[in-house]
Amino acid sequence: MNTWLRNLFLPNASSIKAEGVDDLFMFILWLNILFFLLIAVVTIGFCIQYKRRSVNQKTAHIEHSTALELTWTILPLILCMIVFFWGFNTYMQAAVAPDGAMEIQVTAKKWIWTFGYPDGSVAVGKLWVPVNKPVRVIMHSEDVLHAFYVPAFRVKADVLPNRYTETWFQATAVGDYIIPCTEYCGKGHSQMKAFVKVVSQQDYEKFLEEGDPEEKGLPPEKLGASLYVNLGCSTCHSIDGSKGQGPSWKGIYSAQHKMVDGKQFAVDENYIRTSILQPQAMVVEGYQGIMPSYQGQIRERQLVALIAYIKSLK
Amino acid sequence: MADVIASPAVHTAEHGHHADYLTDPAHKGIWSWMTTVDHKRLGVMYLWAVLGAFFVGGIFALLVRLELMHPGEDFMNAEQYNQAFTLHGAIMVFMFIIPSVPAALGNFIMPLMLGAKDVAFPRLNLASFWIYVLGSVMAITSILVGGVDTGWTFYTPYSTTTGGSVTMMTLSVFVLGFSSIFTGINFIATVHKLRAPGMGWFQLPLFVWGIYATAIIQVLATPVLGITMVLLVMERAFNIGIFDAQIGGDPVLFQHFFWFYSHPAVYIMILPGMAIISEIIPTFSRRTIFGYRLIALSSVAIALIGFLVWGHHMFTSGESALAASIFSFLTFLVAIPSGIKVFNWMATMYKASISLDTPMLYAVSFLLLFGIGGLTGIFLGALSVDIHLHDTYFVVAHFHYVMMGGTVIAFLGGIHYWWSKMFGRMYNETVGRIACGIVFVGFNMTFLTQFFMGSQGMPRRYYTYLDQFQPLHQFSTFGSWVLGAGLLIAAVNLFSSLRGPKNAPSNPWGGTTLEWQTQSPPITHNFVGQPSIEHNPYDYRHFKIPTDAV
Amino acid sequence: MSQAHEASLTNHDEHAHGHHPFHQHHFATMEQQFDASKIGMWLFLATEILLFGGLFVGFGIMQARHTEAFVAGHHHLDWQMGALNTCFLLISSFTMVMAVWAASNNKNGNKQKVLITNLILTLGFAGGFMVVKYFEYSHKFHDGLLPGKFFHYTGPDLVPNMFVFFSFYFMMTGLHGFHVLGGMGAITYLIIRSIKGDYNTEYFTPVDLIGLYWHLVDLIWIYLFPLLYLIS
Repeated sequence: MNTWLRNLFLPNASSIKAEGVDDLFMFILWLNILFFLLIAVVTIGFCIQYKRRSVNQKTAHIEHSTALELTWTILPLILCMIVFFWGFNTYMQAAVAPDGAMEIQVTAKKWIWTFGYPDGSVAVGKLWVPVNKPVRVIMHSEDVLHAFYVPAFRVKADVLPNRYTETWFQATAVGDYIIPCTEYCGKGHSQMKAFVKVVSQQDYEKFLEEGDPEEKGLPPEKLGASLYVNLGCSTCHSIDGSKGQGPSWKGIYSAQHKMVDGKQFAVDENYIRTSILQPQAMVVEGYQGIMPSYQGQIRERQLVALIAYIKSLK
Repeated sequence: MADVIASPAVHTAEHGHHADYLTDPAHKGIWSWMTTVDHKRLGVMYLWAVLGAFFVGGIFALLVRLELMHPGEDFMNAEQYNQAFTLHGAIMVFMFIIPSVPAALGNFIMPLMLGAKDVAFPRLNLASFWIYVLGSVMAITSILVGGVDTGWTFYTPYSTTTGGSVTMMTLSVFVLGFSSIFTGINFIATVHKLRAPGMGWFQLPLFVWGIYATAIIQVLATPVLGITMVLLVMERAFNIGIFDAQIGGDPVLFQHFFWFYSHPAVYIMILPGMAIISEIIPTFSRRTIFGYRLIALSSVAIALIGFLVWGHHMFTSGESALAASIFSFLTFLVAIPSGIKVFNWMATMYKASISLDTPMLYAVSFLLLFGIGGLTGIFLGALSVDIHLHDTYFVVAHFHYVMMGGTVIAFLGGIHYWWSKMFGRMYNETVGRIACGIVFVGFNMTFLTQFFMGSQGMPRRYYTYLDQFQPLHQFSTFGSWVLGAGLLIAAVNLFSSLRGPKNAPSNPWGGTTLEWQTQSPPITHNFVGQPSIEHNPYDYRHFKIPTDAV
Repeated sequence: MSQAHEASLTNHDEHAHGHHPFHQHHFATMEQQFDASKIGMWLFLATEILLFGGLFVGFGIMQARHTEAFVAGHHHLDWQMGALNTCFLLISSFTMVMAVWAASNNKNGNKQKVLITNLILTLGFAGGFMVVKYFEYSHKFHDGLLPGKFFHYTGPDLVPNMFVFFSFYFMMTGLHGFHVLGGMGAITYLIIRSIKGDYNTEYFTPVDLIGLYWHLVDLIWIYLFPLLYLIS
């Protein structure tokens, strides 16, 4: 029963913090169930047992009972204090990252997550980490409030524009775990997600040397299609012709685009490259210049892939 | 009590049915209603206004849930969806739930319960109403003119930088706040000064205690909302540098200001609902209430402690561990008085004589639904667990259980309870019960699944979502239709009763409080003669149940 | 309230019953009415304290964040003009007290002139406050020491974020000035009704209540003045 309930309510615990959080969650859940049943059974039971039998039926005149009142004040108070201390304890233990934790710089901006690794490399949308090693994320936002949340790890912290916030985790199982943005940030809020890619220490080091293994060996068009989602392009650019925050990519290669300043450009490789690295220089008429720049966050290979993908969208 | 004043039945037989406040020939016509200082007329006008706001807010809710049938766009794009959930929240909080019980039922019933002719400041009461109307018009205008997509919480810096009519909506909230403040001032002065002779503080009906505690919060907390809204407008319009990080401000400071009001505000929402339950349960149990003093004092305790817990909305916002711990601790303390009330109400039903008429069905629903709402608050008060649950659908489920499963259910119970007193007609009891049942089922269908959606990691304010959540979302949307249908049936049942003749008995339920000692609907001056108090309320030992009671 | 009175549910003719003309019928006695009104005004003052309180808290926090800017900003405030304004308000509070005393002791009009004179004096000092305020503000406008995005001061002591200080200066003194103006309107109303002879020992509630309001306006300034002008 306990396991069934745990699985109903909670995703698999995949970090060292998660078990502790889940244990308290389950304790509170059982308390909830217990007290709810108490309230429901007694209330409905009284409704049945003391159903009115006659108009002038006399009722018991019980104004108070010190014993009862003390019981249902003190008992809940004790239970609440237990929950408080348990939660406080777990929270405090997890508050500070262990010494020597690997540090990742996290940057949030509408509506993509960017991760900076200890070796200086940068990746958009994917946070590669080795399993069973503590990872400390130091975060800031370039615009509005966002929040970094990994449900599988039970960690969450708001990401602020005026100072750094941080949290940490230690993954216990290899796998992909979603990072959905959890502080409302506008139109793309529900699409602003990234993934924690937990791999073995070996695979992590390979990633640092050779780059994203999911991108290796993919032909440019397929890589471009995957990047279209992972780099957040899909939040604003459709591929079916419908208008979003940005122009649709369908059929744009070789088309003529008019800029807000009246200049006309053909959509070729250079146009696409400039749009990605210096988007404010290429604002298409009818759209606002809100696209974030990917300068420093996108590799040559990825640029080539995106261009190939766009070309393929007839 | 029944032998102290001439009973209205006798009075009517001798003098014929007096013109009541609705049809008083000395106060006829639209202009007399628009300039009325009669607390009963104002209560009725507020009732229509807040029910109208509930309807509009409810439409937005149905739209939100409809869009969530499938991931991706169904019929709204992301921007429209963001506006829809913002307006659902803002309208429900500021135009519906905050005024609802105090302004509609509090205004109508409280002076009657005190044996008074009106509230302390009838003209201020009229001003409160028109200020509410002004604020509502401003809010509707902002919806039509540019829309608002910030969420009802207006967090900076999104709210200081996004487009739309944020300034107009914020100013409308400022204006609506004054309506709430003036109502609070009025009610406190009324309870202090206009009690009938012989009615001491511990002879007050518990509805009055609840409204009084609410009024304290309205007076002390709302000005802080007012200044917060002003600061937000100033930041948005003039870049004054308080909340905008780019010019040296602190976005989290906004959250502190905002929740300093908005947490006590949730007690403005629930205390009046609890106050209604404290009336309904003893009446339909025909038994004295258990633990009168504790219930009364716990209302005040909740009001006061409620000012100290605002930081529990900000455990992940970057507040210090020390602050978070203090807020968590105090949050658990504020839970205790609510628990005490629930147990006291249950104990009132022990060895009682219970009749499950519609108001009592709503009261029983309240015990179950508010029970869930309050209990799930424990998850959110616990620091480590809240980190996981904050800003997910778990929170959405929790607050809908307390606000809707709590306050709205209680409000519906109160409307049914006092309907015949207010309008002299009785609704259809069978339809009323059925509607309550449908509302109960629909409500749980809509919101129960949201608990596990949230704990599984579904964030709130999400327009699209992972496929794994679709079945739960769809079930919730179906539930919203059942809930809407139930509410509609309840509304039609109530409104259609208004076509009939005003022949409801003055005390159909056998209530012991003073409002039942006058005719239904009451005369303009409420009572014939000055009522005086000889028994405590809810004392059924010597109370004679009227022969025409239901 | 007599049964006969209660029986007349339709039209009321107050004067026919020997009531005070300003006695509202839902109160049993004038005394009850007066007490209730006072409670109402004290509660309203509590809301004003919380309203300004928010600004004071905001000021405190921003001062801690931008201490240098706030110190630099406050040097541009003329403490002598501020002190003069403090004196004006204190004196006006005193004349207001005299007005309330006169109204409450006014039997058969024997204190009417004292009442009117003191109300006019109060109004005068309030006006003086606003005039000084005008000079202060225009000096700031001239120097470009304006709130938020309008700030364009270019003097030698310019410090980053100085505009935040002036945002608060104008908001706090502006909101306070707005309340002074409101008070002036209320006092004018009292003068008109005093001339009509409405206030005496039996009924002087509006004088008392507006007096309370005026003292709060004064009190808020007593906090504003040192906070903005003197503390460094």
